[in-house]
Amino acid sequence: MSDPSRLERRSHAARDPGPMAAVFVVLTVGFMAVALILPLLAVFVEALSKGVGLYLNAISESDALSAVRLTLLVVVIAVPLNTVFGLTAAWAVTKFEFSGKQLLLTLIDLPLSISPVISGLMFVLLYGAHGWFGPELRAMGIQIIFDVSGIVIATTLVTLPFVARELIPLMQAQGKDEEYAAATLGASTWRTFWQVTLPNIRWALLYGVLLCTARAMGEFGAVSVVSARVRGETATMPLEVEILYNEYNATGAFAIASLLALFALVALIAKTVLENQFAGDLAAQRRH
Amino acid sequence: MTAANPRLRRFVEPSALGGFWPALGFTLCYLSFFVLLPLAALALRPWELGASGVWRVLSAPRTVSALELSFGSAFIAACINIVFGTIAAWSLVRYEFPGKRILDALVDLPFALPTAVVGIALTAIYAPHGIMGELLTPFGIRAAYTPMGVIIALIFVGFPFVVRSIQPVLEDLDPEVEEAAATLGAARWRTLTHVVFPAITPAILTGFALAFARAVGEYGSVIFIAGNIPQISEIAPLLIVIRLDEFDYAGAAAIGMAMLSISFVLLFVLNALQAGILRRGAPH
Repeated sequence: MSDPSRLERRSHAARDPGPMAAVFVVLTVGFMAVALILPLLAVFVEALSKGVGLYLNAISESDALSAVRLTLLVVVIAVPLNTVFGLTAAWAVTKFEFSGKQLLLTLIDLPLSISPVISGLMFVLLYGAHGWFGPELRAMGIQIIFDVSGIVIATTLVTLPFVARELIPLMQAQGKDEEYAAATLGASTWRTFWQVTLPNIRWALLYGVLLCTARAMGEFGAVSVVSARVRGETATMPLEVEILYNEYNATGAFAIASLLALFALVALIAKTVLENQFAGDLAAQRRH
Repeated sequence: MTAANPRLRRFVEPSALGGFWPALGFTLCYLSFFVLLPLAALALRPWELGASGVWRVLSAPRTVSALELSFGSAFIAACINIVFGTIAAWSLVRYEFPGKRILDALVDLPFALPTAVVGIALTAIYAPHGIMGELLTPFGIRAAYTPMGVIIALIFVGFPFVVRSIQPVLEDLDPEVEEAAATLGAARWRTLTHVVFPAITPAILTGFALAFARAVGEYGSVIFIAGNIPQISEIAPLLIVIRLDEFDYAGAAAIGMAMLSISFVLLFVLNALQAGILRRGAPH
């Protein structure tokens, strides 16, 4: 299993006692196999347990397709919003010195420590039927809670920090010298951003967008609070999984779940490739 | 230009670059809409019940049990995760073994897999006729539909936070320090407990705090496996959802506010603890 001599940097004296390496590796492999890999396999085994025919039926059902469409719609709105936000916030925070910066950074990270259910709850308190602005908005013919717009807003809050927190540490480390040089040479701020800053951060930006997309596709708690959970209308893929499961349609639930799991695996592979290829360009690698 | 105005200069240092005010303005508007205004609603709406009403909601046996279950099982799961997370981080950094790179990538699986998917998968495994359920039943252990199921789900969601906090610190640890300890005659085990372990303690605490914070608010992976029996296996986020379904906005907000406040206080304490350890410098 383990071979300490491969770690040539470390002398004989600092080598771990023989059994320790073997025990640690066995514990790691065993724990991860039971805790992480088994559930992943279970998704595909359960999805295909009643045969490939039923599986294909389940994922091509009209409600399933409309769940896929709704999930993609939410991703296509929420992710670009948070990408623009991440770029703008990172520009303000890393290229300028101003008071209150630390507070702003704390605010940007705050959504990560708010329970998804509370994220959804807060928007219900604002825009729900008994919310602060709910009745007024309803009088104007605008509905947010129980509607697709509520799902988009809740998803945007939950995934708000993902792009910003990949860009900020990297742009902080890169400093402002290149931008100053461009500005001194007469480039406009806009041109400096597109031709100097953006090429420097492109891999970190892609990395942040990837993490943001993965989370936006799978968001469940926040979305389940603000959605009416009507199949075919306001059910995203994770909500469709729950609805089918509660209707004792396990095969259907696991079929939709397997699509989400496949996307999660693709995202993991893309993430690993980005980390290996562009390690130097990703300031926030391994920091979540 | 902002630099022309001496009153503004005190807020932002002059710069050759433009775009500060539009960028800051947009950032603040965005954060106000998505974070500040919602938080204000969460902080203010419970008081529609009056202070005694808020207390009545929070001291109700069902609320107390739900909060105890959420915080208690998050604590237990985070404790289990720092043990296995430290072992995994150590193995992934220090040893070579077949499949190591795949395992390393799979550490992030809980970040990528949607929580509802995790929830139904764990339920299928730990239900009485699931693959793990059948292993545990002869020992009289019931995992699904009990608080133990809650802990199993929270272990899953918290694991990567611990590993990813410790890994970079272990990678940066200078091997010469360990060699020096060994040269001075320290047994390997002593080197580990007196040199390596103190060096990674702050990272372990960080991982604990992140895993704990995530687990406290977790919903999707838990509700399927928990069984959701009031006062036994009903987590606080689920109670919020139930209150909202009853249109009891203020009650839901009170529970949400309590959860968030307790989390922030605990994270603050953990941060202070960590700062204390760092300030003491490298022990020994």
